[in-house]
Amino acid sequence: MDLHIVGAEANTDERAAVDAALGAPVTGWDGGTHVATRDGRSARGGREASARRDLLLPALHAVQDRVGHISHGALNYICRRLSVPPAEAWGVVTFYHLLSTHPAPPLVVHVCDDIACRARGADGLCRDLEAAWGPPLTHGGHRADPEAHRGAGEAGARRGWMRSPCLGHCEQAPAALALGAGADGVREEWAPVGGAAGIVARAEALERHAGAAPLDEAGRLAALCAVAPQAGSPSLRILRRVGVVDPERLDAYRASGGYVALARALDMGPASVVAEVVASKLMGRGGAAFPTGRKWEAVAREPARPRYVVCNADESEPGTFKDRVLLEGDPFAIVEAMTICGFATGAEYGYVYIRGEYPMAEARMAGAIVAARAAGLLGPDVMGRGVRFDLEIRRGAGAYICGEETALFNSIEGKRGEPRSKPPFPSQVGLFGQPTVVNNVETLANIPDIVREGGDAWAGIGTPGSTGPKLFCVSGHVARPGVYEVPFGQTLGEVLALAGGVPDGRRLQAILLGGAAGVFVGPEALDMPLTFEGARAASATLGSGVVLVFDDTADLPDMLRRIAQFFRDESCGQCVPCRVGTVRQEELLARLAAGGGDRPAAFELLNELGQAMRDASICGLGQTASSAIETAFARLDLHGFGAPR
Amino acid sequence: MSTDSLWYHLPPPSTVVPTPPAEAPRAPVALSIDGREVEVAAGDTVLDACRTAGASVPTLCYLETLTPVNACRLCVVEQEGARVLVPACSRKAEPGMKIQTASPRVRTARKVVLELLASSVDLSTAGELTPLLEEYGAAPGRFGAGAATVAQPVKDDNDLYVRDYGKCVLCYKCVEACGTDAQHTFAIAVAGRGFQAHISTELDVPLPDSACVYCGNCIAVCPTGALMAKPEFLLRQAEQWAPERQAVTDTICPYCGVGCTLTVHVQDQQIVKVTSPIDNGTTRGHLCVKGRFGFEYVHSEPER
Amino acid sequence: MGGGTSSYREIEETDCILLWGSNARETHPIFFHHLLQGVKRGARLFAIDPRRTSSAEWADVWAGLDVGTDIALANTMGREIIAAGLAHDAFIANATTGFDDYRAMVEPWTLERGAAETGVPAAVIREMAHAFATSPRAMICWTLGITEHHTAVDNVLSLINLALLTGHVGRWGSGLNPLRGQNNVQGGGDMGALPDRLAGFQHVETDAVRAKFDAEWGVAVPPKRGWHLSQMFEAMERRDLRALYVIGENPAQSEADQHHATHLLEGLDLLVVQDVVMTATAQLADVVFPAAAAAFEAEGTVTSSERRVQRVRRTLAPPGEAQDDLAIIFALAKAMGHDWGAPDAETVWNEVRRLSPPHGGMSYARLEALDGLQWPCYDEAHPGEVFLHSRLWEQPVVGPRAPFSRVEHKLPVEALSEEFPLRLTTGRRLAEYNTGVQTGAYRSPTRRGETIDVSPEDAAQLGVADGERVRVRSRRGQVEAPVRVDRTLRKGLTFMTFHFPEEVATNRLTIDTTDPKVGTAEFKAAAVRIERIGA
Repeated sequence: MDLHIVGAEANTDERAAVDAALGAPVTGWDGGTHVATRDGRSARGGREASARRDLLLPALHAVQDRVGHISHGALNYICRRLSVPPAEAWGVVTFYHLLSTHPAPPLVVHVCDDIACRARGADGLCRDLEAAWGPPLTHGGHRADPEAHRGAGEAGARRGWMRSPCLGHCEQAPAALALGAGADGVREEWAPVGGAAGIVARAEALERHAGAAPLDEAGRLAALCAVAPQAGSPSLRILRRVGVVDPERLDAYRASGGYVALARALDMGPASVVAEVVASKLMGRGGAAFPTGRKWEAVAREPARPRYVVCNADESEPGTFKDRVLLEGDPFAIVEAMTICGFATGAEYGYVYIRGEYPMAEARMAGAIVAARAAGLLGPDVMGRGVRFDLEIRRGAGAYICGEETALFNSIEGKRGEPRSKPPFPSQVGLFGQPTVVNNVETLANIPDIVREGGDAWAGIGTPGSTGPKLFCVSGHVARPGVYEVPFGQTLGEVLALAGGVPDGRRLQAILLGGAAGVFVGPEALDMPLTFEGARAASATLGSGVVLVFDDTADLPDMLRRIAQFFRDESCGQCVPCRVGTVRQEELLARLAAGGGDRPAAFELLNELGQAMRDASICGLGQTASSAIETAFARLDLHGFGAPR
Repeated sequence: MSTDSLWYHLPPPSTVVPTPPAEAPRAPVALSIDGREVEVAAGDTVLDACRTAGASVPTLCYLETLTPVNACRLCVVEQEGARVLVPACSRKAEPGMKIQTASPRVRTARKVVLELLASSVDLSTAGELTPLLEEYGAAPGRFGAGAATVAQPVKDDNDLYVRDYGKCVLCYKCVEACGTDAQHTFAIAVAGRGFQAHISTELDVPLPDSACVYCGNCIAVCPTGALMAKPEFLLRQAEQWAPERQAVTDTICPYCGVGCTLTVHVQDQQIVKVTSPIDNGTTRGHLCVKGRFGFEYVHSEPER
Repeated sequence: MGGGTSSYREIEETDCILLWGSNARETHPIFFHHLLQGVKRGARLFAIDPRRTSSAEWADVWAGLDVGTDIALANTMGREIIAAGLAHDAFIANATTGFDDYRAMVEPWTLERGAAETGVPAAVIREMAHAFATSPRAMICWTLGITEHHTAVDNVLSLINLALLTGHVGRWGSGLNPLRGQNNVQGGGDMGALPDRLAGFQHVETDAVRAKFDAEWGVAVPPKRGWHLSQMFEAMERRDLRALYVIGENPAQSEADQHHATHLLEGLDLLVVQDVVMTATAQLADVVFPAAAAAFEAEGTVTSSERRVQRVRRTLAPPGEAQDDLAIIFALAKAMGHDWGAPDAETVWNEVRRLSPPHGGMSYARLEALDGLQWPCYDEAHPGEVFLHSRLWEQPVVGPRAPFSRVEHKLPVEALSEEFPLRLTTGRRLAEYNTGVQTGAYRSPTRRGETIDVSPEDAAQLGVADGERVRVRSRRGQVEAPVRVDRTLRKGLTFMTFHFPEEVATNRLTIDTTDPKVGTAEFKAAAVRIERIGA
């Protein structure tokens, strides 16, 4: 295409970072050296030149990691390399909060102030940090005064911080994510952070190149045991290896029953594997609870090729961290499950889309993929059986919406992470417009057991309407926060008890089920069975398995406003109800919190707004953005907001 | 060359008049719109079906010549059995669908969407929205005086267009016309996200520093006057823009040999705007910079 | 009949496009919209152009041939298609003549020889030949890069040969399409504004044709063809042509070798110019008729590059004393003693319909109702032909078969030399048009004036910087212009437009050598040198 690229050129660092991600340029036309005798006579453009658009986000990550921000020159160079119009690339850069458009300090600490961390003192931590390091930076930097973005003083030139939505470490709240730029830039999750002092100490250690040493096997297992308190219990299925089997060793995985299922699947043949998954009645664990077998069947039935398998590991629902635990604690199981899925549905390639806030999970998955490939468990001839399947990881860049499956496809394709209209569904028109199975991490984690044990037998676990085991992310005011596995059918009270209940003799005030997109329930809901049908009967949702507990000290109005802010921040901006509605919802909460005015009218408007967002938004984000707030007003006693009806 | 050659005699007509290959027949799809049974062809949208049934469904981001983005959500209708409302403009009609185009849910959604737009965007030149606000009883004032808006300074950085993004409803039409639906120049895209999402060149550089080639196809599809050609902008500023006094005539562009139809808008013996009919097979409503703006020579005094 | 064989819609549904000597992205922007829809749908695009133009950037493959080697490239492709067994034997047998001669003629054009002669890598030529021949539908589109050469007609014939060889003509999605550079070049030809034609491409040297016109007009039409443009200038040179009536042309600036052309215009006994503004030519005139701007101030029709006759309508009154062309000609006739009545475009058009069979069915009412009609349209029941030459696919073929033509590669007349080592080729830019008579009036933000565009290699060798004013000299004249370093040019190739004749009279440099058959000048290939000013 006739790109119009003007202005700055990339510097050496930027070019090196991009070339490391994309390979060196081939001709003078795509950013390399112009050789007149060759480039003056012919050039390849058109589709071939722009066929690698999906490498846009990896290239942007490469520059962000190396330099700390995306300069005009770097953008231009990437555009030339990938034949992407600069305006479109700019649209992509400014979509993601982990990409900065202005120079930023070499170390930026993202401090979670979302609901779970807030329940555990994140706000105070942020105040303390502000006292130490000055005011926070803003996300992306593209909205802020670039000078303000740089941070203050000499220390400000070396490090900065910003507030972050949920980082997925709710069990060890409050949490932070340290992102450093440079050839040796760190990407570390800090949880628990140990207060502002802990953050300052860790940052200073990094600056002295005295950061934490890599964990050994015992350290790895101990860290996992801390987030999965049931570790080692013989009753576990999905979590059976977490904290017990070293996640970095393929031999350990195989010694614990790994890859038995893939071997069995290859013996059974694709159709039988799909049939077993259908028989299992496994429902998706990402929040939408769609029957997994039906997705697989639909893709296997499509005539179009190629087909793709996508693992949705963009776990960003506030309060959710189960997928992270699986990726960190049992990555080979996910690789094996995706391979089974590819074989069963006729897909030869898969992507694992991991949120950018999960460097440890990404590293563990990357290690597992390399090891599996080396052992012939991925590649052109899986297990020597003539089956082709391979996988790659794509890293998210700070956008909750990319957990929506079609937004995730767009993100992989190098576009803005805006959801698409459905239908057509991914099974027909998915990634790159091809039939695609997209499954959540926890969903996939069940696949090896289903193949090994048979779908019917596996369906005996749980209840008839909600089969199998389920992970719950219990956080907030409980004695032992963490990820818990129970068979479907246990009550909310039983799961709460597993986590040690509300500590310190405090009273349970409310529970947020399913995350920010979920619902609030009060103490009267403790007897509710945690099943899809039980939740439906109680006008609740299990969502992604969030059980976020608030005792009577929690400031629920503040939590509601944080939730409203979350949706306002995370709306992609595509459709009117969500783009403007999430802003209006936040404004209305502020108006109510301020007191005075026509309160009944404000509540009526809030409800009408909620209905319109639920009915008319393109995707689940807008459709659920009012859910927690509406259920809170309906079911809880919100002193700060007064009683609505 | 002999005198009986093709050079001297026109070839005879072929015995069969050449025609384009026949389109594959499309199966009929029967569905119900507001209780009325209608039939459309497979591939047609719910909006097509609504129009067949004579039901009026408002649209904003939809245009026949552009790929539906269904971002405005004004065209939502209620489908029996569906959890949420469906966008008529992009949803394909399916057999047996039962559609309500004016149910209370539909009307509430449209009213709120209109209120959200009117409370955040300057719709003063968005002519097609004004009657809708009235029809749906929209009261944008409900959100209060402090409601956030997209108000911002007008971008006036070149001689041909003015961009007033305080009037932008983010319908994506300009991006699509600049992009793969017509012009393929990609000078603009949506940048930022959420309420900060906006139409932008790379790094928000002024238009003359961008890839823009000034075809004005973005202006032609803009439904709110956020994008406006200079003559119209200046006349409006002077409060002299008077569409009711304008004569509108179709002619053919005087430049290259493609033969684009120009719709010339003349006010007081001056060409004030040039557009092209959206249903014209050659242009589909799109023009190039010369066709849309190259008429000034007609008024060039004193040369003429 | 001379016209593009296909409809615009067909390029959206073709499988392979050879865009040859055409920067349609800039010169035919709305046609390029259709082309891009074809590309989006999956058509392969090959751009054949010495420059990697903005059009060529869209191509799957750009072939950067040397200026004036089009026939060598086409013949090489032809040979490769035959050698690879990809010729459409059934079509050739049914619908063409002269194939054996053609095969013998292209036989020496091996890929190696073609590559050596054109500069295009052999693998690229092979890829284009195979893609063109094996695509179910394929079309060739060209503009002045094919015709502004001394071999203009042969260049076109060499492309026709390729279409005949592969059967890519006469069917939906396949065809041969010259993109007309001006809004009524096609219509002018249709109406007989050619030295040897009457309306409807009817040859003036055919008795039956003349008899029809004689009867309609009540005068005897001269039985011999007239002069084409270049012959007119030659006649001026010989002083055989002493009076000239110029309507809507600006030859003082648009002709090659401008010095010479202006000199000849000045030497005429009588020069009458009819135009919308006082052009450079009008300033030389003895009499100037101020004309209406046809597109806005007159009624009538024009014909597009897809042979579509469309209505032009009056939307403004012409200023001052200006009148539309028809009124001026009627008034002139009256002054010469012939009262043709009140000038009326539709009446004149109906006369055309009576005399020109391909326009017979095009009533004003139908043109209005149908957004124009494509010729041929023989009667009011005829829908117009969306594509031409379908007769070639009938069994047996209807009418005469289509001949392969003998075409020989000849390099540009003006060879490069030590004194003039750079090739200058000329063309247009998106926002400008011809000599700027019309476009000069609107304020294009992309206007950057005239430049001499040179490759980075040449700029370095000459020691000139971007923006530096230099002197460009050819055997015929010299101009000064700023340098623009352009990486889409290769070493040895320079480019200028002719949009800003008041600032830089590019056509002082160009060569007025013309194609002997039609008289188009070789604007695309002059030899120049660039000198630093003050160096």
